[in-house]
Amino acid sequence: MSDITKQSLTELVENIKDKKLSSTDVTKAFIERSEKSKELNAYITDDFTSALEKAKKFDQKPNLDLKLPGVPMAVKDLFCTKDIKTTAGSKILNNFVPTYESTVTDNIWKEGAILLGKLNCDEFAMGSSNETSFFGNVQNPIDKNLVPGGSSGGSASAVAGQLTPITIGTDTGGSIRQPASFTGTVGLKPTYGSCSRYGIVAFASSLDQAGPMAQTVKDCALLQEIISSYDPKDSTSIDFKRNQYSKELTNNIKGKKIGIPKEYRVDGMPKEIEDLWQKGIQYVKDCGAETIDISLPHTNYALPAYYIVAPAEASSNLARYDGVKYGFRAKGENLIDMYEKTRSEGFGAEVQRRIMIGTYVLSSGYYDAYYLKAQRVRKLIKNDFDEAYKKVDAILTPSTPSSAFKIGEKTNDPVSMYLNDIFTVPVNLAGLPGISIPAGHDSKGYPLGLQIIGKAFDEQNILNIAYAMEEKIDFKNNITDWWIK
Amino acid sequence: MSIDLKTIKHISKLSRISVDEKKAEKLAGDLNSIFDFIEKLNELKTDNVEPLTSVAETTLKLRPDEVKSKNIREQIVKNSPQDNEDYFVVPKVIE
Repeated sequence: MSDITKQSLTELVENIKDKKLSSTDVTKAFIERSEKSKELNAYITDDFTSALEKAKKFDQKPNLDLKLPGVPMAVKDLFCTKDIKTTAGSKILNNFVPTYESTVTDNIWKEGAILLGKLNCDEFAMGSSNETSFFGNVQNPIDKNLVPGGSSGGSASAVAGQLTPITIGTDTGGSIRQPASFTGTVGLKPTYGSCSRYGIVAFASSLDQAGPMAQTVKDCALLQEIISSYDPKDSTSIDFKRNQYSKELTNNIKGKKIGIPKEYRVDGMPKEIEDLWQKGIQYVKDCGAETIDISLPHTNYALPAYYIVAPAEASSNLARYDGVKYGFRAKGENLIDMYEKTRSEGFGAEVQRRIMIGTYVLSSGYYDAYYLKAQRVRKLIKNDFDEAYKKVDAILTPSTPSSAFKIGEKTNDPVSMYLNDIFTVPVNLAGLPGISIPAGHDSKGYPLGLQIIGKAFDEQNILNIAYAMEEKIDFKNNITDWWIK
Repeated sequence: MSIDLKTIKHISKLSRISVDEKKAEKLAGDLNSIFDFIEKLNELKTDNVEPLTSVAETTLKLRPDEVKSKNIREQIVKNSPQDNEDYFVVPKVIE
């Protein structure tokens, strides 16, 4: 089978279970394509040799009852993987080799999957274009010199470019959904507390969530049921009954009430995005759902509140990188000088900027004016959603205010870069699940995504809506393999 | 509101990140444009709103205080830039 890398995860799993393909066949195919795709710069570290050995070992005694039997998979380099370098896209962790495994990746390997390698991302997941990575830009398979989005840019590029059948990313303010939208792929940010944060390099602890990124909604549902688990090692992990999301997936969404929030019609939004949204509204109606106009009055305040809360938590989380216990160390005249030089040389510009913002808003005299204020606004944003969910089952919005942009286009203006996340950030602040699905193309032929936001713990419902819409939309990604010589 | 170079130097000291003059000026520009954007929050009256500290509406679970990781000394120092037996080594602190 020459078209192995074109198959969805679900198809690959079936073919392995039916013994039409071996784990070695599949692993080899993805390694070969990854080797030919160096120009995308999707990988930071590959583990191809050992992946092939694991595949051969799997084939000798295949356990076909597992959910991911011998399926190879690359993951974002923010997940700690035992004995495999984990950098978070930063120079400061350039030589860090974890002695333990993150719970989410552990869940994946237990179901039979095999690690292909670690995927590029914005440094400490801080960015919307993958341009803050110490390991360089990632190319979007859609077009040369186009950003794949971020921070899970390497993950999005690898799925869209078929270097991995599926992957996991992390989403603090849109880092799964925005790159999914930019690359024509599906990305789910689960409810806060659904997937364990244990072993994920921390950015903003009250917002960070891991989630699946895939070619199809069904693949996404399958990976979600594997990575979501209650974990005593994460004190904010929530013990609730988790669905078998892929088994319970249905395209029957008749009678569902879907909210259309008027505040997401922002100034300067291209007409193409508005048109896409209208098309989306028509699709859900065609599926038998009902749309209802709703209001989320504090939407415009989400991004400013996020740029207090997230940097504040980051400044505190990143205090651990001091050149003493692990990571990069710069030479210093004395202890303090060593700390200051290590952090100045080890962190990139965007990470330093966010640590500075966070330190400032938490500093003496400013805490009430900024941090406490932002926490109060966060409550208002959550209240907006609580109020809306008295009337509707889910909410439909565009995923991003534009399609993917060129590398270098927004690097000099942090605020314009931050505006990318205007539709995704409110979901993180309220701790809700959200999924981005590819829904159309702009005039340049670049993909555009729609976002479905659910009630807390209602992943099944938004997966079902996404599944029904996916069938109607029948999206085709225009990927020409331009990077393969 | 405006963040001046003196403030940048102060934050740099608090966050233990050294900045030279050139970097301080760039940071001041960036931070001012970000804080101009953040100031939008002042349009909202929030005196009577409870701050949201956690979206996860659960109480912290208690667990028995038991040792789970034993003999992992080697693992702990494994990634240190400089160590000596079981200790992390740092530049001399006391003359």
